[in-house]
Amino acid sequence: MSKLYERPKSLCDVPMHYCPGCTHGIAHRLIAEVMDELGIEGETVGVAPVGCAVFAYDYFECDMQEAAHGRAPAVATGIKRVIPDRIVFTYQGDGDLAAIGTAETVHAAARGENITVIFINNAIYGMTGGQMAPTSLPGQFTQTSPYGRDVKKQGYPVRISEMLSTLDGPSYIERVSLDSVPNINNAKKAIKKAFQKQIDKKGFSLVEVLSTCPTNWGLSPVESMKWLKDNMIPYYPLGVFKDVD
Amino acid sequence: MGKRDRLSGNEAVAVAMRQINPDVVAAFPITPSTEVPQYFAAFANDGLVDTEFVPVESEHSAMSACIGAEAAGARTMTATSANGLAYMWEMLYIAASSRLPIVLAAVNRALSGPINIHNDHSDTMGARDSGWVQLYGETNQEAYDNFIMAVKIAEHPDVCLPVMDCYDGFITSHSVEVIELLDDQDVKNFVGEYKPKAYLNNPNGKVSMGPLDMPAYYFEHKRQQAEAMKNAKRVILEVSEEFYKLTGRKYGLFEEYKMEDAEVAIVLLNSTAGTAKAVVDELRSKGVKAGLIKIRVFRPFPVDEIVAALKGLKAVAVMDKADGFNGAGGPLFTDITSALYGKADVKVINYIYGLGGRDVRTDDIEVVYDELLKIAETGSVKSVYNYLGIKE
Repeated sequence: MSKLYERPKSLCDVPMHYCPGCTHGIAHRLIAEVMDELGIEGETVGVAPVGCAVFAYDYFECDMQEAAHGRAPAVATGIKRVIPDRIVFTYQGDGDLAAIGTAETVHAAARGENITVIFINNAIYGMTGGQMAPTSLPGQFTQTSPYGRDVKKQGYPVRISEMLSTLDGPSYIERVSLDSVPNINNAKKAIKKAFQKQIDKKGFSLVEVLSTCPTNWGLSPVESMKWLKDNMIPYYPLGVFKDVD
Repeated sequence: MGKRDRLSGNEAVAVAMRQINPDVVAAFPITPSTEVPQYFAAFANDGLVDTEFVPVESEHSAMSACIGAEAAGARTMTATSANGLAYMWEMLYIAASSRLPIVLAAVNRALSGPINIHNDHSDTMGARDSGWVQLYGETNQEAYDNFIMAVKIAEHPDVCLPVMDCYDGFITSHSVEVIELLDDQDVKNFVGEYKPKAYLNNPNGKVSMGPLDMPAYYFEHKRQQAEAMKNAKRVILEVSEEFYKLTGRKYGLFEEYKMEDAEVAIVLLNSTAGTAKAVVDELRSKGVKAGLIKIRVFRPFPVDEIVAALKGLKAVAVMDKADGFNGAGGPLFTDITSALYGKADVKVINYIYGLGGRDVRTDDIEVVYDELLKIAETGSVKSVYNYLGIKE
């Protein structure tokens, strides 16, 4: 009997701490599958963020470096400059990448650092308990916008992929979603391509992964997938924003 | 008359913030201080305050926005912990040297690294020389009371310095206690209207805030800042006296617990005082003359008063919930021993304890008093710089 499905070797065999229905697990698995398929597990260094994914170093079989909140692309820069023949990726949420770490993100991209950034955008601060993020949608209910995000008072969401695609440094930027099987399959292709760009020394690559936060959205996992599809994708359109060789 | 309510430390401070009704609150969430701006955001969204609430993208921007708001003449507040406070570092010094009376709820949490979310004092201890007044509180009531008093201390014309209201993460911030709240109007009357002398776009005169200050005057401005910190000691006592008249709750520079005839004593900060008081009571029931000093005002440091309180004791243990990494002892220990130098001949030892949230029980505190009693009996100190409750 042949085995059709198994845990990727790059993913540790431990229970994850994520909430039920959270898409971090899917994103982790996709990265691990890509590491397996590219055969890079033994030569990859991951940089973990602050936020819900702070324990990412417990889940990937590769070496991991914990960065302070928002600092992952700067830390990854240092690692990559020392071991340029290895694969270096960061895994960051929107509080980490699009709020406190916006400057590091923009400048690592502008320098064209040959690293890969996996950006989990779930439109809320997850770990601290559901406060408004820069990526929260207009009208979105959060702990700090209890009557909905009022753009007149609290400003507009940040579209990181579009913003970074105006720079000359990045080689590849794509936004994907984890709300459906076809989109998950496409997300994996994007992540693989982003790592391949790094292997080919093409420069900075980033995949923005639209994700859910059932706990802080106050929705069931199934409702969360629908909310992502109906609300996030219209505001954060999927697609390739930059692809240069 | 105030009313009694069950509140967590963070909720109590958020309620104080609502009662004060500041002009601006700018904050970024970080465990365990997140609840303060979160509760406050609800008050702001419900129209219970007139505050501009700004959920900025980082603590560096939170303190920068506070500086801008205060410079524009607004009463301004924020809250943070650990790395959030560290990320504000650059701005903490600028706030203090610009003499901007910002009030910050500093919910004590271990500073990275390694990364940890639990309580110790490594965050605010690192900011002890930033020019901020630092008040420490044992209970939810003290966190609430200190926050209200902090406004009046900070804005006093002889001080004009920012103030940190420091209380222990989770132990104080998240535990629920029954506390006595002041009436909203009493708080408003107590803090009064904020009337800064100089601020941006002031019709009474033009001003540039935070300009380049070269060798010709930089030194004099730092000297003025140091004088303001000295003045703060007197002002803290005056404000505390006024608060006592309003509430019946008495606050000094530190609390002396069963110190009248004490022969041995522990000096420490914040919530561990509650645990240590239980041990003092137990020892007293056995006839042991044990006492406790809980520092409330760490900046400015009450040098003369501490010397007077410790003079004549047979042995003292200073307990630091932060290491100094100086090869000599924790920050509270080195301040106390330098205060005593040449003024009193007291045997003082140091215990580093509770780092990263390591639990401290009455058994641990008993170990410290046992050691002090041995020193009192023999007159000899085996080890000055020690660790309590560590696995080694």
